[in-house]
Amino acid sequence: MTAVTAEEATQGAADGAAADAARAEAFDAAVAADDRIEPRDWMPDAYRASLVRQMAQHAHSEIIGMQPEANWISRAPSLRRKAILMAKVQDEAGHGLYLYSAAETLGTSREELLDKLHAGRQRYSSIFNYPTLTWADVGAIGWLVDGAAITNQVPLCRCSYGPYARAMVRICKEESFHQRQGYELLLALSRGTPAQHEMAQDAVNRWWWPSLMMFGPPDDASAHSAQSMAWKIKRHSNDELRRRFVDICVPQAEALGLTLPDPDIRWNEELGQHDYGAIDWTEFQEVLKGNGPCNEERLAQRRRAHEEGAWVRDAAAAYADRHAERPGTSGAAAEPVEATA
Amino acid sequence: MSAALALGDDALVLSHRLGEWAGHAPVLEEEVALANIALDLLGQARMLLSSVGDEDELAFLREERSFRNVQLVEQPNGDFAHTIARQLYFSVYQHLLYEQLAAGTGEFADLATKAVKEVAYHRDHAERWVLRLGDGTAESHERMQNGLDALWRFTGELFRPVEGLDVDGESLHGSWSSAVTSVVERATLRLPSGPQSSAWSAGAGRQGLHTEPFGRMLAEMQHLHRSHPGASW
Ligand SMILES: [Fe+2]
Ligand SMILES: [Fe+2]
Repeated sequence: MTAVTAEEATQGAADGAAADAARAEAFDAAVAADDRIEPRDWMPDAYRASLVRQMAQHAHSEIIGMQPEANWISRAPSLRRKAILMAKVQDEAGHGLYLYSAAETLGTSREELLDKLHAGRQRYSSIFNYPTLTWADVGAIGWLVDGAAITNQVPLCRCSYGPYARAMVRICKEESFHQRQGYELLLALSRGTPAQHEMAQDAVNRWWWPSLMMFGPPDDASAHSAQSMAWKIKRHSNDELRRRFVDICVPQAEALGLTLPDPDIRWNEELGQHDYGAIDWTEFQEVLKGNGPCNEERLAQRRRAHEEGAWVRDAAAAYADRHAERPGTSGAAAEPVEATA
Repeated sequence: MSAALALGDDALVLSHRLGEWAGHAPVLEEEVALANIALDLLGQARMLLSSVGDEDELAFLREERSFRNVQLVEQPNGDFAHTIARQLYFSVYQHLLYEQLAAGTGEFADLATKAVKEVAYHRDHAERWVLRLGDGTAESHERMQNGLDALWRFTGELFRPVEGLDVDGESLHGSWSSAVTSVVERATLRLPSGPQSSAWSAGAGRQGLHTEPFGRMLAEMQHLHRSHPGASW
Protein backbone atom coordinates (compact mmCIF):
# COMPACT_ATOMS: atom_id res chain seq x y z
CA MET A 1 0.00 0.00 0.00
CA THR A 2 2.80 2.44 0.86
CA ALA A 3 4.16 2.42 -2.69
CA VAL A 4 0.87 3.35 -4.31
CA THR A 5 0.83 6.90 -5.65
CA ALA A 6 -2.17 9.15 -5.36
CA GLU A 7 -2.77 8.84 -9.07
CA GLU A 8 -2.65 5.05 -8.98
CA ALA A 9 -4.95 5.01 -6.01
CA THR A 10 -7.54 7.10 -7.81
CA GLN A 11 -7.23 4.86 -10.84
CA GLY A 12 -7.61 1.78 -8.61
CA ALA A 13 -10.72 3.16 -7.01
CA ALA A 14 -12.18 3.94 -10.41
CA ASP A 15 -11.44 0.39 -11.57
CA GLY A 16 -13.02 -0.90 -8.38
CA ALA A 17 -16.12 1.18 -8.93
CA ALA A 18 -16.39 0.02 -12.53
CA ALA A 19 -15.97 -3.59 -11.46
CA ASP A 20 -18.61 -3.15 -8.75
CA ALA A 21 -21.02 -1.68 -11.26
CA ALA A 22 -20.39 -4.60 -13.62
CA ARG A 23 -20.95 -7.13 -10.84
CA ALA A 24 -24.12 -5.41 -9.70
CA GLU A 25 -25.35 -5.47 -13.28
CA ALA A 26 -24.59 -9.17 -13.58
CA PHE A 27 -26.43 -9.80 -10.29
CA ASP A 28 -29.49 -7.83 -11.39
CA ALA A 29 -29.51 -9.63 -14.72
CA ALA A 30 -29.30 -13.02 -13.00
CA VAL A 31 -32.20 -12.19 -10.70
CA ALA A 32 -34.23 -10.82 -13.62
CA ALA A 33 -33.59 -14.02 -15.62
CA ASP A 34 -34.66 -16.18 -12.65
CA ASP A 35 -31.16 -17.64 -12.39
CA ARG A 36 -30.04 -18.83 -9.00
CA ILE A 37 -27.54 -16.80 -6.99
CA GLU A 38 -24.96 -19.16 -5.48
CA PRO A 39 -22.76 -18.65 -2.38
CA ARG A 40 -19.64 -17.69 -4.37
CA ASP A 41 -21.45 -15.23 -6.63
CA TRP A 42 -21.16 -11.54 -5.92
CA MET A 43 -24.24 -10.13 -4.22
CA PRO A 44 -25.17 -6.75 -2.72
CA ASP A 45 -24.51 -6.51 1.02
CA ALA A 46 -28.13 -5.66 1.68
CA TYR A 47 -29.28 -8.78 -0.23
CA ARG A 48 -26.94 -10.92 1.88
CA ALA A 49 -28.11 -9.29 5.10
CA SER A 50 -31.74 -9.65 4.16
CA LEU A 51 -31.30 -13.34 3.36
CA VAL A 52 -29.42 -14.06 6.58
CA ARG A 53 -32.14 -12.28 8.54
CA GLN A 54 -34.90 -14.28 6.86
CA MET A 55 -33.15 -17.66 7.00
CA ALA A 56 -32.20 -17.15 10.64
CA GLN A 57 -35.74 -16.27 11.57
CA HIS A 58 -36.96 -19.29 9.67
CA ALA A 59 -34.42 -21.64 11.31
CA HIS A 60 -35.23 -20.27 14.77
CA SER A 61 -38.93 -20.82 14.09
CA GLU A 62 -38.29 -24.47 13.29
CA ILE A 63 -36.50 -25.16 16.56
CA ILE A 64 -38.71 -23.04 18.82
CA GLY A 65 -41.67 -24.60 17.02
CA MET A 66 -40.63 -27.99 18.41
CA GLN A 67 -41.64 -26.91 21.91
CA PRO A 68 -45.42 -26.54 21.73
CA GLU A 69 -45.75 -29.93 20.04
CA ALA A 70 -43.10 -31.73 22.10
CA ASN A 71 -45.33 -30.68 25.00
CA TRP A 72 -47.71 -33.49 23.96
CA ILE A 73 -45.33 -36.34 23.06
CA SER A 74 -45.49 -37.84 26.54
CA ARG A 75 -49.31 -37.69 26.56
CA ALA A 76 -50.16 -38.79 23.01
CA PRO A 77 -53.31 -40.92 23.32
CA SER A 78 -52.32 -43.79 21.01
CA LEU A 79 -49.01 -45.33 20.01
CA ARG A 80 -49.66 -44.53 16.36
CA ARG A 81 -50.20 -40.84 17.15
CA LYS A 82 -47.18 -40.83 19.40
CA ALA A 83 -44.97 -42.13 16.59
CA ILE A 84 -46.36 -39.55 14.13
CA LEU A 85 -45.83 -36.71 16.59
CA MET A 86 -42.30 -37.74 17.53
CA ALA A 87 -41.40 -38.00 13.85
CA LYS A 88 -42.88 -34.58 13.21
CA VAL A 89 -40.95 -32.89 16.00
CA GLN A 90 -37.83 -34.64 14.72
CA ASP A 91 -38.51 -33.30 11.21
CA GLU A 92 -38.65 -29.76 12.60
CA ALA A 93 -35.21 -30.25 14.17
CA GLY A 94 -34.02 -31.44 10.76
CA HIS A 95 -35.49 -28.33 9.12
CA GLY A 96 -33.57 -26.22 11.61
CA LEU A 97 -30.39 -28.05 10.62
CA TYR A 98 -30.91 -27.51 6.86
CA LEU A 99 -31.66 -23.83 7.36
CA TYR A 100 -28.73 -23.10 9.66
CA SER A 101 -26.53 -24.83 7.07
CA ALA A 102 -28.04 -22.71 4.29
CA ALA A 103 -27.30 -19.58 6.34
CA GLU A 104 -23.74 -20.82 6.85
CA THR A 105 -23.18 -20.59 3.09
CA LEU A 106 -23.41 -16.82 3.58
CA GLY A 107 -20.69 -16.88 6.21
CA THR A 108 -22.86 -16.80 9.33
CA SER A 109 -22.35 -19.69 11.76
CA ARG A 110 -25.12 -21.52 13.59
CA GLU A 111 -23.50 -20.57 16.88
CA GLU A 112 -23.66 -16.88 16.04
CA LEU A 113 -27.31 -17.11 15.05
CA LEU A 114 -28.25 -19.09 18.16
CA ASP A 115 -26.50 -16.53 20.33
CA LYS A 116 -28.61 -13.81 18.71
CA LEU A 117 -31.78 -15.81 19.24
CA HIS A 118 -30.94 -16.42 22.89
CA ALA A 119 -30.12 -12.73 23.39
CA GLY A 120 -33.52 -11.81 21.93
CA ARG A 121 -31.88 -10.01 19.00
CA GLN A 122 -33.39 -12.23 16.31
CA ARG A 123 -36.99 -13.30 15.97
CA TYR A 124 -38.87 -16.51 15.42
CA SER A 125 -42.46 -16.87 14.23
CA SER A 126 -44.87 -15.43 16.81
CA ILE A 127 -47.26 -18.32 16.31
CA PHE A 128 -45.13 -20.44 18.64
CA ASN A 129 -45.79 -18.04 21.49
CA TYR A 130 -49.27 -19.55 21.83
CA PRO A 131 -49.75 -22.52 24.18
CA THR A 132 -50.84 -26.06 23.27
CA LEU A 133 -53.59 -26.61 25.83
CA THR A 134 -55.20 -29.80 24.58
CA TRP A 135 -54.34 -32.75 22.35
CA ALA A 136 -56.42 -31.18 19.56
CA ASP A 137 -53.92 -28.32 19.44
CA VAL A 138 -51.43 -30.78 17.93
CA GLY A 139 -53.89 -31.31 15.08
CA ALA A 140 -54.67 -27.62 14.73
CA ILE A 141 -50.97 -26.81 14.50
CA GLY A 142 -50.46 -29.42 11.80
CA TRP A 143 -53.46 -28.36 9.79
CA LEU A 144 -53.27 -24.59 10.19
CA VAL A 145 -49.72 -23.68 11.20
CA ASP A 146 -47.93 -26.14 8.92
CA GLY A 147 -50.58 -25.30 6.31
CA ALA A 148 -49.84 -21.58 6.54
CA ALA A 149 -46.11 -22.34 6.51
CA ILE A 150 -46.52 -24.29 3.26
CA THR A 151 -48.50 -21.48 1.63
CA ASN A 152 -45.72 -19.12 2.65
CA GLN A 153 -42.87 -21.43 1.73
CA VAL A 154 -43.81 -23.10 -1.53
CA PRO A 155 -42.93 -19.88 -3.42
CA LEU A 156 -39.58 -19.87 -1.57
CA CYS A 157 -38.64 -23.04 -3.47
CA ARG A 158 -38.11 -20.58 -6.36
CA CYS A 159 -36.26 -18.05 -4.21
CA SER A 160 -33.32 -16.40 -6.02
CA TYR A 161 -30.76 -17.70 -3.51
CA GLY A 162 -29.86 -21.30 -4.48
CA PRO A 163 -29.10 -22.92 -1.10
CA TYR A 164 -32.25 -21.46 0.47
CA ALA A 165 -34.42 -22.53 -2.46
CA ARG A 166 -33.02 -26.07 -2.33
CA ALA A 167 -33.50 -26.34 1.43
CA MET A 168 -37.10 -25.23 0.95
CA VAL A 169 -37.82 -27.99 -1.57
CA ARG A 170 -36.96 -30.63 1.01
CA ILE A 171 -38.72 -28.81 3.82
CA CYS A 172 -41.95 -28.22 1.91
CA LYS A 173 -42.31 -31.93 1.16
CA GLU A 174 -42.21 -32.72 4.86
CA GLU A 175 -44.43 -29.80 5.84
CA SER A 176 -47.14 -31.10 3.56
CA PHE A 177 -46.99 -34.45 5.38
CA HIS A 178 -47.41 -32.55 8.65
CA GLN A 179 -50.36 -30.65 7.29
CA ARG A 180 -52.13 -33.84 6.21
CA GLN A 181 -51.39 -35.57 9.50
CA GLY A 182 -52.80 -32.62 11.44
CA TYR A 183 -55.90 -32.59 9.28
CA GLU A 184 -56.35 -36.33 9.78
CA LEU A 185 -55.93 -35.97 13.56
CA LEU A 186 -58.64 -33.31 13.66
CA LEU A 187 -60.91 -35.38 11.45
CA ALA A 188 -60.67 -38.30 13.89
CA LEU A 189 -61.56 -35.98 16.75
CA SER A 190 -64.32 -34.22 14.88
CA ARG A 191 -65.95 -37.57 14.04
CA GLY A 192 -65.24 -38.97 17.51
CA THR A 193 -67.13 -38.52 20.77
CA PRO A 194 -68.87 -35.19 21.53
CA ALA A 195 -66.01 -34.32 23.91
CA GLN A 196 -63.45 -34.99 21.19
CA HIS A 197 -65.40 -32.94 18.67
CA GLU A 198 -65.59 -30.05 21.11
CA MET A 199 -61.86 -30.31 21.75
CA ALA A 200 -61.20 -30.02 18.01
CA GLN A 201 -63.51 -27.03 17.58
CA ASP A 202 -61.96 -25.24 20.54
CA ALA A 203 -58.46 -25.74 19.11
CA VAL A 204 -59.49 -24.36 15.71
CA ASN A 205 -61.11 -21.39 17.43
CA ARG A 206 -57.87 -20.56 19.20
CA TRP A 207 -55.42 -21.22 16.32
CA TRP A 208 -57.29 -19.71 13.38
CA TRP A 209 -56.53 -16.03 13.89
CA PRO A 210 -52.91 -16.48 14.95
CA SER A 211 -52.42 -18.61 11.82
CA LEU A 212 -53.68 -15.76 9.62
CA MET A 213 -51.21 -13.47 11.35
CA MET A 214 -48.36 -15.80 10.30
CA PHE A 215 -48.39 -14.11 6.88
CA GLY A 216 -47.14 -10.93 8.49
CA PRO A 217 -48.54 -7.41 8.60
CA PRO A 218 -50.83 -6.15 5.85
CA ASP A 219 -49.02 -5.12 2.66
CA ASP A 220 -49.27 -1.39 3.32
CA ALA A 221 -47.49 -1.87 6.68
CA SER A 222 -44.83 -4.45 5.76
CA ALA A 223 -41.31 -3.10 6.26
CA HIS A 224 -39.32 -5.56 4.15
CA SER A 225 -41.73 -6.77 1.50
CA ALA A 226 -41.06 -4.49 -1.47
CA GLN A 227 -37.28 -4.94 -1.60
CA SER A 228 -37.56 -8.70 -0.96
CA MET A 229 -39.96 -9.01 -3.87
CA ALA A 230 -37.66 -7.04 -6.16
CA TRP A 231 -34.83 -9.45 -5.25
CA LYS A 232 -37.12 -12.46 -5.72
CA ILE A 233 -36.45 -13.59 -2.17
CA LYS A 234 -40.18 -13.17 -1.81
CA ARG A 235 -42.61 -13.76 -4.65
CA HIS A 236 -46.05 -12.80 -3.36
CA SER A 237 -47.29 -10.17 -0.95
CA ASN A 238 -48.41 -11.02 2.59
CA ASP A 239 -52.05 -10.29 1.81
CA GLU A 240 -52.00 -12.32 -1.40
CA LEU A 241 -50.70 -15.36 0.47
CA ARG A 242 -53.08 -14.86 3.38
CA ARG A 243 -56.08 -14.83 1.04
CA ARG A 244 -54.78 -17.90 -0.77
CA PHE A 245 -54.57 -19.67 2.62
CA VAL A 246 -58.15 -18.75 3.53
CA ASP A 247 -59.29 -20.13 0.17
CA ILE A 248 -57.55 -23.43 0.93
CA CYS A 249 -58.91 -23.69 4.48
CA VAL A 250 -62.59 -22.90 3.93
CA PRO A 251 -63.50 -26.13 2.08
CA GLN A 252 -61.19 -28.17 4.34
CA ALA A 253 -62.93 -26.87 7.47
CA GLU A 254 -66.23 -27.87 5.93
CA ALA A 255 -64.97 -31.36 5.20
CA LEU A 256 -63.71 -31.56 8.78
CA GLY A 257 -67.13 -30.61 10.11
CA LEU A 258 -65.57 -27.70 12.00
CA THR A 259 -66.36 -24.00 11.89
CA LEU A 260 -63.78 -21.27 11.27
CA PRO A 261 -64.32 -18.62 13.96
CA ASP A 262 -64.97 -15.77 11.53
CA PRO A 263 -68.59 -14.89 10.66
CA ASP A 264 -67.36 -12.58 7.90
CA ILE A 265 -65.88 -15.32 5.73
CA ARG A 266 -67.81 -15.41 2.47
CA TRP A 267 -67.20 -16.06 -1.17
CA ASN A 268 -66.48 -12.94 -3.20
CA GLU A 269 -67.83 -13.63 -6.66
CA GLU A 270 -66.01 -10.70 -8.22
CA LEU A 271 -62.57 -11.63 -6.89
CA GLY A 272 -63.15 -15.35 -7.17
CA GLN A 273 -61.76 -15.57 -3.64
CA HIS A 274 -62.98 -15.49 -0.07
CA ASP A 275 -63.35 -12.32 1.97
CA TYR A 276 -62.55 -12.60 5.65
CA GLY A 277 -63.00 -10.51 8.78
CA ALA A 278 -60.69 -7.91 10.29
CA ILE A 279 -57.54 -9.23 11.96
CA ASP A 280 -56.70 -7.94 15.44
CA TRP A 281 -53.30 -6.42 14.64
CA THR A 282 -52.98 -5.08 18.17
CA GLU A 283 -52.67 -8.64 19.44
CA PHE A 284 -50.14 -9.37 16.70
CA GLN A 285 -48.01 -6.37 17.70
CA GLU A 286 -48.25 -7.27 21.39
CA VAL A 287 -47.09 -10.86 20.82
CA LEU A 288 -44.33 -9.57 18.55
CA LYS A 289 -43.20 -7.21 21.29
CA GLY A 290 -42.89 -10.12 23.69
CA ASN A 291 -46.23 -9.92 25.41
CA GLY A 292 -47.68 -13.18 24.07
CA PRO A 293 -48.79 -16.00 26.36
CA CYS A 294 -45.55 -18.02 26.03
CA ASN A 295 -42.78 -15.68 24.80
CA GLU A 296 -40.91 -15.92 28.09
CA GLU A 297 -41.26 -19.68 28.41
CA ARG A 298 -40.19 -20.49 24.84
CA LEU A 299 -37.04 -18.42 25.00
CA ALA A 300 -36.26 -19.56 28.54
CA GLN A 301 -36.50 -23.23 27.58
CA ARG A 302 -34.29 -22.66 24.54
CA ARG A 303 -31.68 -20.85 26.62
CA ARG A 304 -31.81 -23.49 29.33
CA ALA A 305 -31.34 -26.36 26.86
CA HIS A 306 -28.40 -24.50 25.35
CA GLU A 307 -26.78 -23.63 28.66
CA GLU A 308 -27.33 -27.06 30.15
CA GLY A 309 -25.84 -28.58 26.99
CA ALA A 310 -22.70 -26.42 27.05
CA TRP A 311 -20.62 -29.01 28.89
CA VAL A 312 -21.65 -31.66 26.33
CA ARG A 313 -20.58 -29.50 23.39
CA ASP A 314 -17.34 -28.59 25.17
CA ALA A 315 -16.61 -32.26 25.79
CA ALA A 316 -17.26 -33.19 22.16
CA ALA A 317 -14.99 -30.38 20.97
CA ALA A 318 -12.21 -31.32 23.42
CA TYR A 319 -12.47 -34.96 22.41
CA ALA A 320 -12.38 -34.14 18.71
CA ASP A 321 -9.35 -31.85 19.15
CA ARG A 322 -7.42 -34.44 21.07
CA HIS A 323 -8.28 -37.34 18.83
CA ALA A 324 -7.69 -35.53 15.57
CA GLU A 325 -4.04 -35.41 16.71
CA ARG A 326 -3.85 -39.15 17.18
CA PRO A 327 -5.80 -40.58 14.28
CA GLY A 328 -6.80 -44.20 14.37
CA THR A 329 -7.07 -44.48 18.14
CA SER A 330 -10.79 -45.07 17.91
CA GLY A 331 -13.66 -45.19 15.47
CA ALA A 332 -15.11 -42.03 16.85
CA ALA A 333 -12.04 -39.96 16.07
CA ALA A 334 -12.54 -40.06 12.34
CA GLU A 335 -16.08 -38.76 12.24
CA PRO A 336 -16.95 -35.13 11.65
CA VAL A 337 -17.35 -33.06 14.80
CA GLU A 338 -21.10 -33.05 14.89
CA ALA A 339 -21.54 -31.65 18.34
CA THR A 340 -19.70 -28.36 18.29
CA ALA A 341 -22.72 -26.30 17.30
CA MET B 1 -45.17 -64.16 31.59
CA SER B 2 -45.07 -63.44 27.90
CA ALA B 3 -41.61 -62.71 26.52
CA ALA B 4 -43.19 -60.42 23.92
CA LEU B 5 -44.52 -58.28 26.73
CA ALA B 6 -41.12 -58.13 28.43
CA LEU B 7 -39.30 -57.05 25.26
CA GLY B 8 -42.15 -54.82 24.14
CA ASP B 9 -42.37 -53.00 27.46
CA ASP B 10 -38.59 -52.44 27.50
CA ALA B 11 -38.84 -50.76 24.11
CA LEU B 12 -42.01 -48.82 24.93
CA VAL B 13 -40.76 -47.40 28.19
CA LEU B 14 -37.29 -46.47 26.96
CA SER B 15 -38.84 -44.83 23.90
CA HIS B 16 -41.03 -42.75 26.19
CA ARG B 17 -38.08 -41.63 28.29
CA LEU B 18 -36.08 -40.66 25.20
CA GLY B 19 -39.09 -38.75 23.89
CA GLU B 20 -38.86 -36.55 26.97
CA TRP B 21 -35.65 -35.10 25.54
CA ALA B 22 -37.48 -33.47 22.62
CA GLY B 23 -36.78 -29.75 22.74
CA HIS B 24 -34.19 -30.15 25.51
CA ALA B 25 -31.21 -31.81 23.82
CA PRO B 26 -27.74 -30.27 24.13
CA VAL B 27 -27.31 -29.85 20.38
CA LEU B 28 -29.62 -29.98 17.36
CA GLU B 29 -28.01 -33.14 15.97
CA GLU B 30 -28.94 -34.93 19.19
CA GLU B 31 -32.57 -33.81 18.88
CA VAL B 32 -32.55 -35.79 15.66
CA ALA B 33 -30.53 -38.74 16.97
CA LEU B 34 -32.46 -39.27 20.22
CA ALA B 35 -35.78 -39.01 18.37
CA ASN B 36 -34.50 -41.54 15.86
CA ILE B 37 -33.71 -44.04 18.58
CA ALA B 38 -37.01 -43.36 20.34
CA LEU B 39 -38.88 -43.96 17.08
CA ASP B 40 -37.05 -47.22 16.38
CA LEU B 41 -37.89 -48.46 19.87
CA LEU B 42 -41.51 -47.39 19.54
CA GLY B 43 -41.74 -49.32 16.28
CA GLN B 44 -40.36 -52.43 18.00
CA ALA B 45 -42.74 -51.97 20.92
CA ARG B 46 -45.74 -51.72 18.61
CA MET B 47 -44.82 -54.93 16.78
CA LEU B 48 -44.21 -56.82 20.01
CA LEU B 49 -47.30 -55.60 21.84
CA SER B 50 -49.52 -56.14 18.80
CA SER B 51 -48.35 -59.74 18.67
CA VAL B 52 -50.02 -60.42 22.03
CA GLY B 53 -52.98 -58.02 22.08
CA ASP B 54 -54.22 -54.53 21.28
CA GLU B 55 -51.19 -52.23 21.44
CA ASP B 56 -53.09 -49.27 22.89
CA GLU B 57 -54.93 -51.30 25.51
CA LEU B 58 -51.62 -52.76 26.60
CA ALA B 59 -49.82 -49.43 26.66
CA PHE B 60 -52.51 -47.21 28.14
CA LEU B 61 -54.79 -49.39 30.23
CA ARG B 62 -52.44 -51.64 32.17
CA GLU B 63 -51.59 -50.76 35.75
CA GLU B 64 -48.01 -50.30 36.83
CA ARG B 65 -47.80 -53.78 38.37
CA SER B 66 -48.60 -55.38 35.02
CA PHE B 67 -45.69 -53.85 33.11
CA ARG B 68 -42.82 -56.29 32.49
CA ASN B 69 -39.95 -53.97 31.53
CA VAL B 70 -36.66 -53.98 33.39
CA GLN B 71 -36.25 -51.17 35.90
CA LEU B 72 -33.26 -49.79 34.01
CA VAL B 73 -35.35 -48.38 31.15
CA GLU B 74 -37.84 -46.60 33.41
CA GLN B 75 -35.16 -44.60 35.23
CA PRO B 76 -35.57 -40.84 34.73
CA ASN B 77 -33.32 -39.15 32.15
CA GLY B 78 -31.09 -37.18 34.52
CA ASP B 79 -28.43 -35.21 32.67
CA PHE B 80 -27.21 -36.14 29.20
CA ALA B 81 -24.47 -38.39 30.63
CA HIS B 82 -27.02 -40.25 32.74
CA THR B 83 -29.15 -40.85 29.65
CA ILE B 84 -26.09 -42.02 27.72
CA ALA B 85 -25.14 -44.43 30.52
CA ARG B 86 -28.66 -45.90 30.37
CA GLN B 87 -28.33 -46.12 26.57
CA LEU B 88 -24.99 -47.87 26.82
CA TYR B 89 -26.14 -50.48 29.32
CA PHE B 90 -29.40 -51.16 27.53
CA SER B 91 -28.35 -50.98 23.89
CA VAL B 92 -25.36 -53.30 24.37
CA TYR B 93 -27.72 -55.79 26.05
CA GLN B 94 -30.41 -55.40 23.40
CA HIS B 95 -27.92 -55.70 20.57
CA LEU B 96 -26.40 -58.92 21.93
CA LEU B 97 -29.85 -60.30 22.69
CA TYR B 98 -31.27 -59.51 19.25
CA GLU B 99 -28.19 -60.94 17.55
CA GLN B 100 -28.82 -64.22 19.36
CA LEU B 101 -32.54 -64.15 18.62
CA ALA B 102 -31.94 -63.29 14.96
CA ALA B 103 -29.57 -66.25 14.62
CA GLY B 104 -32.18 -68.63 16.03
CA THR B 105 -35.43 -69.94 14.63
CA GLY B 106 -37.71 -68.98 17.54
CA GLU B 107 -40.74 -66.72 17.79
CA PHE B 108 -38.68 -63.52 17.69
CA ALA B 109 -36.23 -64.37 14.89
CA ASP B 110 -37.95 -62.20 12.26
CA LEU B 111 -38.41 -59.20 14.50
CA ALA B 112 -34.85 -59.46 15.78
CA THR B 113 -33.44 -59.73 12.28
CA LYS B 114 -35.14 -56.49 11.36
CA ALA B 115 -34.41 -54.68 14.62
CA VAL B 116 -30.80 -55.73 15.04
CA LYS B 117 -29.61 -53.12 12.52
CA GLU B 118 -31.43 -50.35 14.35
CA VAL B 119 -30.10 -51.52 17.67
CA ALA B 120 -26.56 -51.67 16.30
CA TYR B 121 -26.91 -47.96 15.54
CA HIS B 122 -28.25 -47.25 19.05
CA ARG B 123 -25.26 -49.05 20.52
CA ASP B 124 -22.82 -47.21 18.30
CA HIS B 125 -24.42 -43.87 19.22
CA ALA B 126 -24.11 -44.64 22.93
CA GLU B 127 -20.53 -45.90 22.68
CA ARG B 128 -19.35 -42.84 20.79
CA TRP B 129 -20.87 -40.54 23.38
CA VAL B 130 -19.36 -42.51 26.27
CA LEU B 131 -15.97 -42.04 24.60
CA ARG B 132 -16.51 -38.32 24.00
CA LEU B 133 -17.81 -37.60 27.46
CA GLY B 134 -15.40 -39.88 29.32
CA ASP B 135 -12.41 -38.57 27.43
CA GLY B 136 -13.70 -35.02 26.92
CA THR B 137 -13.36 -32.48 29.72
CA ALA B 138 -12.93 -32.97 33.47
CA GLU B 139 -16.59 -32.06 33.96
CA SER B 140 -17.91 -34.44 31.32
CA HIS B 141 -15.67 -37.21 32.67
CA GLU B 142 -17.13 -36.79 36.13
CA ARG B 143 -20.71 -36.66 34.90
CA MET B 144 -20.22 -39.75 32.72
CA GLN B 145 -18.72 -41.65 35.63
CA ASN B 146 -21.62 -40.60 37.86
CA GLY B 147 -24.11 -41.84 35.28
CA LEU B 148 -22.42 -45.22 34.96
CA ASP B 149 -22.22 -45.57 38.75
CA ALA B 150 -25.81 -44.55 39.43
CA LEU B 151 -27.37 -47.00 36.98
CA TRP B 152 -25.06 -49.94 37.63
CA ARG B 153 -27.36 -51.47 40.23
CA PHE B 154 -30.09 -51.85 37.58
CA THR B 155 -27.97 -53.90 35.17
CA GLY B 156 -28.16 -57.30 36.88
CA GLU B 157 -31.80 -57.69 35.97
CA LEU B 158 -30.97 -57.74 32.26
CA PHE B 159 -29.54 -61.25 32.55
CA ARG B 160 -32.25 -62.95 34.59
CA PRO B 161 -34.07 -65.68 32.67
CA VAL B 162 -37.23 -64.59 30.86
CA GLU B 163 -39.86 -67.25 30.36
CA GLY B 164 -40.36 -68.02 26.71
CA LEU B 165 -37.08 -66.47 25.68
CA ASP B 166 -34.50 -69.01 24.61
CA VAL B 167 -31.35 -67.18 25.62
CA ASP B 168 -28.38 -68.22 27.70
CA GLY B 169 -28.36 -65.46 30.32
CA GLU B 170 -24.95 -66.31 31.65
CA SER B 171 -23.16 -66.10 28.34
CA LEU B 172 -25.14 -62.92 27.53
CA HIS B 173 -23.90 -61.42 30.78
CA GLY B 174 -20.32 -62.40 29.90
CA SER B 175 -20.44 -60.80 26.44
CA TRP B 176 -22.14 -57.71 27.83
CA SER B 177 -19.52 -57.27 30.55
CA SER B 178 -16.60 -57.48 28.17
CA ALA B 179 -18.23 -55.12 25.66
CA VAL B 180 -19.11 -52.54 28.31
CA THR B 181 -15.71 -52.87 30.00
CA SER B 182 -13.93 -52.25 26.72
CA VAL B 183 -15.86 -49.03 26.01
CA VAL B 184 -15.55 -47.79 29.56
CA GLU B 185 -11.79 -48.35 29.59
CA ARG B 186 -11.25 -46.68 26.23
CA ALA B 187 -13.22 -43.73 27.60
CA THR B 188 -10.73 -43.52 30.51
CA LEU B 189 -13.60 -44.34 32.91
CA ARG B 190 -13.95 -46.92 35.69
CA LEU B 191 -16.32 -49.88 35.58
CA PRO B 192 -18.53 -49.57 38.68
CA SER B 193 -17.70 -52.20 41.26
CA GLY B 194 -20.87 -52.43 43.39
CA PRO B 195 -23.60 -55.05 43.15
CA GLN B 196 -25.58 -55.17 39.91
CA SER B 197 -28.90 -55.49 41.68
CA SER B 198 -30.36 -54.59 45.05
CA ALA B 199 -31.25 -57.27 47.61
CA TRP B 200 -34.94 -56.76 46.82
CA SER B 201 -35.09 -55.97 43.16
CA ALA B 202 -33.34 -58.79 41.31
CA GLY B 203 -35.66 -59.60 38.43
CA ALA B 204 -38.22 -57.20 39.87
CA GLY B 205 -39.29 -55.26 36.78
CA ARG B 206 -39.95 -58.46 34.86
CA GLN B 207 -42.25 -59.48 37.73
CA GLY B 208 -44.09 -56.16 37.72
CA LEU B 209 -42.21 -54.55 40.61
CA HIS B 210 -41.03 -51.12 39.54
CA THR B 211 -39.39 -48.02 40.96
CA GLU B 212 -41.27 -44.95 42.21
CA PRO B 213 -40.67 -42.69 39.18
CA PHE B 214 -42.36 -45.25 36.92
CA GLY B 215 -45.82 -44.61 38.38
CA ARG B 216 -45.56 -40.92 37.59
CA MET B 217 -44.34 -41.68 34.09
CA LEU B 218 -47.36 -43.89 33.46
CA ALA B 219 -49.72 -41.32 34.99
CA GLU B 220 -48.58 -38.81 32.40
CA MET B 221 -48.48 -41.28 29.52
CA GLN B 222 -51.90 -42.82 30.18
CA HIS B 223 -53.87 -39.82 31.40
CA LEU B 224 -55.39 -38.59 28.14
CA HIS B 225 -56.21 -42.03 26.81
CA ARG B 226 -57.89 -43.03 30.09
CA SER B 227 -59.85 -39.75 30.27
CA HIS B 228 -61.85 -40.70 27.19
CA PRO B 229 -62.87 -44.34 27.69
CA GLY B 230 -63.63 -46.09 24.44
CA ALA B 231 -62.69 -43.14 22.25
CA SER B 232 -60.58 -43.70 19.18
CA TRP B 233 -57.83 -41.31 18.16
FE1 LIG C 1 -40.69 -27.31 9.65
FE1 LIG D 1 -43.78 -28.84 10.07
